[in-house]
Amino acid sequence: MSDDLPIIKIEGLSKAFQGPDGEFFALEDINLEIKSGEIFGIIGMSGAGKSTLVRCINFLERPTQGTVYFDGQNLSDLTKKELYKIRQSIGMIFQQFNLLMQRNVLGNVCFPLEIAGVEKDQAVERAKELLSMVGLSDKTYAYPSQLSGGQQQRVAIARALATNPKVLLCDEATSALDPATTKDVLMLLKDINKNLGITIVIITHEMKVIEEICNRVAIIDKSRIAEVGSVEEVFTRPKTAAAKRLVFPEEHSIEMVPGKRCCRIVFNGNSSFEPIIAGMVLDFRQPVNILFADTKNIDGKAFGQMVIQLPDNELTASRMMEYLRAKNLTVEEVDGYV
Amino acid sequence: MFDPEVWIMLGRGLLESLYMTLVSTALAYLLGLPMGIAMVVTDKEGIYPRERFNWILGLIINLFRSIPFLILLIMVLPVTRAIVGTTIGTNATIVPLVIAAAPFIARLVESSLKEVDKGVIEAAQSMGASSMQIITKVLLPEARPSLIVGAAIAVTTILSYSAMAGFVAGGGLGDIAIRYGYHRYQTDIMLVTVVLLVLIVQVLQEAGMRLARLGDKRK
Repeated sequence: MSDDLPIIKIEGLSKAFQGPDGEFFALEDINLEIKSGEIFGIIGMSGAGKSTLVRCINFLERPTQGTVYFDGQNLSDLTKKELYKIRQSIGMIFQQFNLLMQRNVLGNVCFPLEIAGVEKDQAVERAKELLSMVGLSDKTYAYPSQLSGGQQQRVAIARALATNPKVLLCDEATSALDPATTKDVLMLLKDINKNLGITIVIITHEMKVIEEICNRVAIIDKSRIAEVGSVEEVFTRPKTAAAKRLVFPEEHSIEMVPGKRCCRIVFNGNSSFEPIIAGMVLDFRQPVNILFADTKNIDGKAFGQMVIQLPDNELTASRMMEYLRAKNLTVEEVDGYV
Repeated sequence: MFDPEVWIMLGRGLLESLYMTLVSTALAYLLGLPMGIAMVVTDKEGIYPRERFNWILGLIINLFRSIPFLILLIMVLPVTRAIVGTTIGTNATIVPLVIAAAPFIARLVESSLKEVDKGVIEAAQSMGASSMQIITKVLLPEARPSLIVGAAIAVTTILSYSAMAGFVAGGGLGDIAIRYGYHRYQTDIMLVTVVLLVLIVQVLQEAGMRLARLGDKRK
């Protein structure tokens, strides 16, 4: 990642809507910098304001206060025409795909080029190129209603990339898809980021989407940014209550046994083939109590965390923590759960 | 069963009715389509919200829609005379038909365009489409099947309005029905005109529905 100017910079942004009981703030004092070339995730519960935030990036929603810079330009300074022009550099895909139902796949991908005033022949050529990139060349003349959700989202991605944007905004782009298709679409986005160098901003309410492809993440909670950091950081050591709620959704279901030492173990890309906890129990001949575990196996590596209760014996407990640290795990003692 | 002259008269009446209906529909769309588009675009949820304008236009449309056609027919006689030079005959009937049908068509168009998915409009906006591009490239093409159904409704409604013009010697099948069936008690001729009107409605409606289905790519 370069130290260049951020491609998107949001400063002191607020957005108010006129609600039934007067003004209501969907966003308050948002400050964010999104670097060129990264995949940036914005996660939050529904109603947290994340959809409004992503629409402020291309000014589909005008902020009530604050500034949005795109590629160094203050969007508030632009005339309508200039704004239309700059939107061609910001592709966007949606949860419901939003394809034109009366146009075939080729017509849909040509659509943004038509708007940009590109010659028809050139547009068709470019559209075919993109369709082959998203693996849908055989559906060129099909209509959206004949395609599956995953295929429709691929068409939408091809369409969003038609004008060679610098940034691709994804508003809950995988929320209407099944898990397998979600994975395919995420991999496609990852490839696009890697091969075309397009910055991607992903809005989602699903932690797994963030885990899967994002470099950095912002957690948005009750109209404000609660936490920003690398995915690793935020995911393994959430600092704020909002972050913890997202990372440990089942928190409330665990009863604490007081008076015993607990420790949190963070798996951060260790081999998932090595049975670490079981090995430790066998080595020490002492049981440990697993209070919480949320680990995932991604490409043979373990990610996630576990909270275990150590034996009462101080010495054994300390030695166990040493043992885990020796296995390159992050271990920290916690007084209570979370 | 009738003299040849009666059949010739009925044939002429049929052609006059079709002429009035089709010309009026075309002219009414020239006025009603932009009004319908304007209603959708300037709606407070629309792509170019202008609430005051929207309210006034809506009021004008409602005003004209609430006047019964027979009364409107008489009310606009001076306008008709100014435009066509006479107040009788088919051309004279076209004026009140257009005035009555345009606001009705505006509402039909409005409701068709409102069916277009907001998300698709937003997608077009995200690509930098101007309001005009959204109207011509998104709203109208996406609403096409519904607009065609609306046109079938409009044309059949205008046909039935045109039959009322017989009361002011407007020509067409309605005129014949009133002159023979009402003034001369020749119910048989009146019945034939009614049958002919039913047939035209049936054909136009069916053709419209078929055209709409054929052009719809949603299924």
